[in-house]
Amino acid sequence: MTIQAAVPTIDETSAKILETARRQVLEDGIGLTQPQLEEILRLPDAALPAALQLAHEVRLKHCGEDVEVEGIISIKTGGCPEDCHFCSQSGLFDSPVRGVWLDIPELVKAAKETAATGATEFCIVAAVRGPDIKLMNQIKFAIDRINEAVDINIACSLGMLTQRQVEQLAEWGVHRYNHNLETARSYFPEVVTTHSYEERLETCNMVKAAGMELCCGALIGMGETLEQRAELAAQLAALEPHEVPLNFLNPRPGTPLENQGIMDGKDALRAIAAFRLAMPRTVLRYAGGRELTLGDLGTREGLLGGINAVIVGNYLTTLGRPATADLNLLVELNMPIKELQKTL
Amino acid sequence: MTAVQTNSTTGVSTSPTSDPAQYCGHCGEPSDGGAGPTSDVHLRCGERLTLEPPRYCAACRRRMKVQVTPLGWTAECSRHGVTVMRMRP
Repeated sequence: MTIQAAVPTIDETSAKILETARRQVLEDGIGLTQPQLEEILRLPDAALPAALQLAHEVRLKHCGEDVEVEGIISIKTGGCPEDCHFCSQSGLFDSPVRGVWLDIPELVKAAKETAATGATEFCIVAAVRGPDIKLMNQIKFAIDRINEAVDINIACSLGMLTQRQVEQLAEWGVHRYNHNLETARSYFPEVVTTHSYEERLETCNMVKAAGMELCCGALIGMGETLEQRAELAAQLAALEPHEVPLNFLNPRPGTPLENQGIMDGKDALRAIAAFRLAMPRTVLRYAGGRELTLGDLGTREGLLGGINAVIVGNYLTTLGRPATADLNLLVELNMPIKELQKTL
Repeated sequence: MTAVQTNSTTGVSTSPTSDPAQYCGHCGEPSDGGAGPTSDVHLRCGERLTLEPPRYCAACRRRMKVQVTPLGWTAECSRHGVTVMRMRP
């Protein structure tokens, strides 16, 4: 496993911050606290390589060398009644995204194509507040057809769930459920007004209690402060999700955040290191926006800085790097793709 | 829907018909096809179309129904048909 070699000399304060993190996270396996995460997010550029190297060592020690590969797909695009300010699929904004439903044969075809890349996870996503009976029935039908056709773990992301819906998804063999916190509790009302942070937490807790793996992610670069970024990492750590997908804002036309600038690549890398140091054992996945924020070089640095999972290929409404680019990079970095293991 | 065209690029001039592109697939504004003095107007749109599918039909400016999959996308114009982009795993 490659470890970054050339690390520049860093100042004494940064060295102390990283030495404390090394003892606490790498050696003792205890994630950093919110104030400690703020220190990581404020590290000067010269200390960034050392922070990423530490995060990489933490990932190797506590998660192993495997990288989990996943494909995601939208079964119902657009027309969402919620007002998440970053999202082009809200029906409340003047976005060019039109409503469309994916039929089941195309969904199965996409699952097969995803599995052919070596991916072990296939996440079905719907732009809804929460699923109605029609959508739940479609999901059940889709799960059955995918399971008949291909060996891959199925995850879902269908918004806020009722207790009964959580139980149904678990019964149907949904391996993991995605429901993001997106941002810090203190910033959430600036980003979403049609539902609350607490409602999101409620779904997350029900998913965990039902025995499904919780995938609960972050979207950074929406105008939150560094303190709020640290707050988010700490709040996610407290929730103890199995996986944290880390998104970087890709400002979408027609949304309230369309004029928000793309976040600085070094800040994004600092965030990757901080999230890993907050959650040493969690699957930390590259998700949307990395192509814009980090580019090819940054993608590589993140994989050597705490990331241990990727979304392969495209996202829900935007395009990702070619799957082969990521898969070739993993080969180059000598990072094996995690093999399929049915856990439910 | 009859017209189906496989397209290997995502440039602003993408059109599901043989008609020349008249509108930008990203912003829907008129396109000069890169030939006129305002040809740089859609340069940024062209850059964006490397990371997102077209949302507007290049022939008629209708908003298209777009379905993104992990390894491709389709964009359907109610008048001009479907453009398909597929990548190999």
